[in-house]
Amino acid sequence: MPENQQKLIHTFGALAELGHEVSQKNDFQELIRTSLHLLLGALGIMRGGVARYSRFGHELNMLAVRGLGDEFPLSLTICSEDERQFLTNGTVPIEIAQAKVLPFFQIYDRSFAAKKLELLVPLVIRDEIVGVVLLGEKANGEPYSSYDRDIICAMTRHIGVGIAQRNLMAELERRADENRRLYDDLRMTYKDTVKAFATAIDCKDKYTEGHSVRVGKYSEIIAAELGWDDEQVEGAAVAGYLHDVGKLTVESSIINSPHRINAKETAALNKHPVIGYEILLPIHHPYADVPLAAKYHHERLDGRGYPDELCDRDIPYIAKIVCLADSFDAMTTDRPYKRRRPAHEVIEDLQYNAGRQFAPELVTAFCRAMLKEITQETKEKKFRRLLGREYLEAEGIVSLLKNALNVMNGTSSLTLVNLD
Amino acid sequence: MDTEYKIPVQTSGETATVYASDYLNKLSGEKIERECRRQIDAGYKTIVVNFGETEIVNSIGVSILLGVIDAASGAGAKVVFSDVNEDTIELFEMLGLTNHVRVN
Ligand SMILES: [Fe+2]
Repeated sequence: MPENQQKLIHTFGALAELGHEVSQKNDFQELIRTSLHLLLGALGIMRGGVARYSRFGHELNMLAVRGLGDEFPLSLTICSEDERQFLTNGTVPIEIAQAKVLPFFQIYDRSFAAKKLELLVPLVIRDEIVGVVLLGEKANGEPYSSYDRDIICAMTRHIGVGIAQRNLMAELERRADENRRLYDDLRMTYKDTVKAFATAIDCKDKYTEGHSVRVGKYSEIIAAELGWDDEQVEGAAVAGYLHDVGKLTVESSIINSPHRINAKETAALNKHPVIGYEILLPIHHPYADVPLAAKYHHERLDGRGYPDELCDRDIPYIAKIVCLADSFDAMTTDRPYKRRRPAHEVIEDLQYNAGRQFAPELVTAFCRAMLKEITQETKEKKFRRLLGREYLEAEGIVSLLKNALNVMNGTSSLTLVNLD
Repeated sequence: MDTEYKIPVQTSGETATVYASDYLNKLSGEKIERECRRQIDAGYKTIVVNFGETEIVNSIGVSILLGVIDAASGAGAKVVFSDVNEDTIELFEMLGLTNHVRVN
């Protein structure tokens, strides 16, 4: 094979492989090491290195070196004068011997001379220095030809692109991280606002203090038991916190009436779901369906609820969750005209109303969460905190819950609970 | 897989023979260079790189061989390339590797 032809095949092979590496390699360190091998091997260069430029420290940090020994500095500082020169020079090899005027070459003169470094190629991509390539003498002892320089130019440009790509990826990752943090902050702010709102709602109703917050917690328990992801569970909690926001516009005398209210008052009170919906609708919520939960939390599966007398499938799922949480809290807290009902009665009520007022699979999930806590299958103490220490520990509750779960099993897809 | 591959080496007297194979042409071929350095450090004065199983040598391979040459010259050891095919010899001559090694 004529020498020229072989040279062409060899160097273009290296160039092609380098292009492939830059576009394919995921491991940046490997990419840089491979690139340096390809460059040195393409022209038979004894030694060299690839450094990445750090704009903040004005440093060139060596990413890969070949034959530069242990004493060669791994981090080289450049000043703004060097920087300007490198930029104007672009990706063209600089003859180190002829560039001694630059501070950079004065500082590192001895290190470069000790390793017989001949060329420095600034890696300039889109008017930015991303690094440099240092090259030593050729194995055949000849000076670099213009052909060599062309090849070096082409190959170092690929390496520059590889580094620029990596920088871009790092920047994107950093921004994505920042975004995520911002989003988390926003969500926290939103949650705090929601909690403040819930407290405000509950303040208005002095007999049911803490009701909204508890409905939020019960909704959260149900959603978690359904296996929803964290964000959805949070959404369910928020829907619970805000379900009664419409009550803010209902007269306090109606809400706080120590007696059963009359028909007119009832009509006024029953407007609160629609008003709540109207309050919540214009707000941008990070979770879906918060306004719908407020609007439909008094609907029943059998169509006897309000405001729209919706039936089972027409009721939004989130509203069904809040409805169950709301009713459970109403039954398990003292009201001005009624003491709270004992646990066994409440469970029987839930079971009886599964399919009438409540979605059976939600009652099942709720009862299962309760059972898990009582039998200490989980370490959670949510019910205990919400209902008080002894409430669920009354005799017979465990078997009542197990029985309820087995009976309701026919109407849901849950596994049978052992009745031992 | 790569980490498990052991570079074949034969030693006799002051000579260590390292078999290059096609392994030489990948980044993992750095193992060959490390093996040669190990033999040099162990005191072998002649490092023979055998190309009997090496069809072609690409740029990565050349760079790795330059590393072997550099290590040997630093330690006063000799490098010999053996069983090299015609095309590869031409390539080594063109790039100047033959200025530093003997080719058998
Ligand atoms: Fe309500």
